[in-house]
Amino acid sequence: MNTINIQLPLDDAIIKDLRAGDSVLLSGSLYTARDAAHKRMLEALDKGEPLPFDIKGQVIYYVGPAPAGPGYAVGSAGPTTSYRMDAYTPQLLNLGLKGMIGKGKRSAAVVDAMKEHNAVYFGATGGAAALIAKRIIKSEVIAYPDLGAEAIHRFEIKDFPVIVLIDSQGNNLYEIGPALYKTTDL
Amino acid sequence: MRTVTANQITETVKNLFLDANRYIGKDVTDKFLQYQALEASPVGRTVLDQLLENNRIAADDKVPICQDTGMCVVFVDLGQDVHITEGDFESAINEGVRQAYEQGYFRKSVVGEPLFRRTNTKDNTPAVIHTRIVPGDKVHIMVTAKGFGSENMSALKMLVPADGIEGVKKFVLETVKNAGPNPCPPIILGIGIGGTFEQAALLAKRCTTRPLDQDNPDPRYAELEKELLEKINGLGIGPAGIGGNTTALKVSIDYTATHIAGLPVAVNICCHAARHAERTI
Repeated sequence: MNTINIQLPLDDAIIKDLRAGDSVLLSGSLYTARDAAHKRMLEALDKGEPLPFDIKGQVIYYVGPAPAGPGYAVGSAGPTTSYRMDAYTPQLLNLGLKGMIGKGKRSAAVVDAMKEHNAVYFGATGGAAALIAKRIIKSEVIAYPDLGAEAIHRFEIKDFPVIVLIDSQGNNLYEIGPALYKTTDL
Repeated sequence: MRTVTANQITETVKNLFLDANRYIGKDVTDKFLQYQALEASPVGRTVLDQLLENNRIAADDKVPICQDTGMCVVFVDLGQDVHITEGDFESAINEGVRQAYEQGYFRKSVVGEPLFRRTNTKDNTPAVIHTRIVPGDKVHIMVTAKGFGSENMSALKMLVPADGIEGVKKFVLETVKNAGPNPCPPIILGIGIGGTFEQAALLAKRCTTRPLDQDNPDPRYAELEKELLEKINGLGIGPAGIGGNTTALKVSIDYTATHIAGLPVAVNICCHAARHAERTI
């Protein structure tokens, strides 16, 4: 299996070439946000206020890390399930969000918005949180510190392992992969 | 009458949660290795490799296996000849949770009120405590750290007797299919059949803590566990849900008496990070 190395932020041409099933190592910086941070960001937009960071071209990692122990940049930090963010995602894609890292299926509305705005959905392995944390070299809270683990962090990552789950054409590894191994009919 | 202090309970609960969140059981690792040898999907085998390595890192570095260190569920079998002194029983358990989640650098994932404010309690309390009074003078404590990726994909249905065995199978398979990649496969299924609404759910939760090399002692239920496991692994979901034949490591079923009009079935899904630990005081 070929592995593609990508430096963040994402480039439109690179996104266009990525295909569901591609194995990717990401390096550079990204932002974290999960349920509570998404709710706050959308509330800010509703009030006409700016987002706490410039979302254009950025990647959001759906994660609420464990606290960092002494000597660590971050505690265990695997992906959370993405569908809980689906209600908020099309609006963020509309504002220029280019990539998401999480686990699990997305809604049709999210996939449509990804196709419209040339965005990509990566998967990190759910539960591989201690392994993933070793690829996060720096972490800093940049917004909503009162939310604790749910605050928005900026992570510096190096060779962070992901797989393209849904590409900018809407090809979906959660449909393609299981179809190859299905023997039980419902 | 034997005396057990509240502090002994706190220490035990603390140590159990520190262990459960860092060290995966040998029964889980053995299943991983068994299924890895059978997994047809190359990327599925890569995912299983990552998870085995992840669990080694967690144990070596004493960090949590998963960042979702869960909501704390505590099963206590309290001997009726035990007198708890120097504090109250439930506060002692919650203090153990508080200390473990602080000392272990575990994530605090509990909100005190679910709907309006959802403010984090900041110490991962309260625990969900299930107590049974049993004969004897011992206190047996089993803890499990329940992540919500898999808890959210769990389901309960009040089937009717006419739905029968086929109805149970259909409901279980649909629940797993609908969950797809979300509960972090390979999963472990706890299934409770019978009882009342809440009893079926509790049975299912207890089943998720059964060692993976143990089957239901009733051969009819053991056979159903085996058949469901094979059918689930034929759904194609695979490790991380991206295709393969390792979707579940184990199906554990338990049953109890129920009403003449009822056939409750609860399916509690547990992710591959099956974190539980037990000890007797």
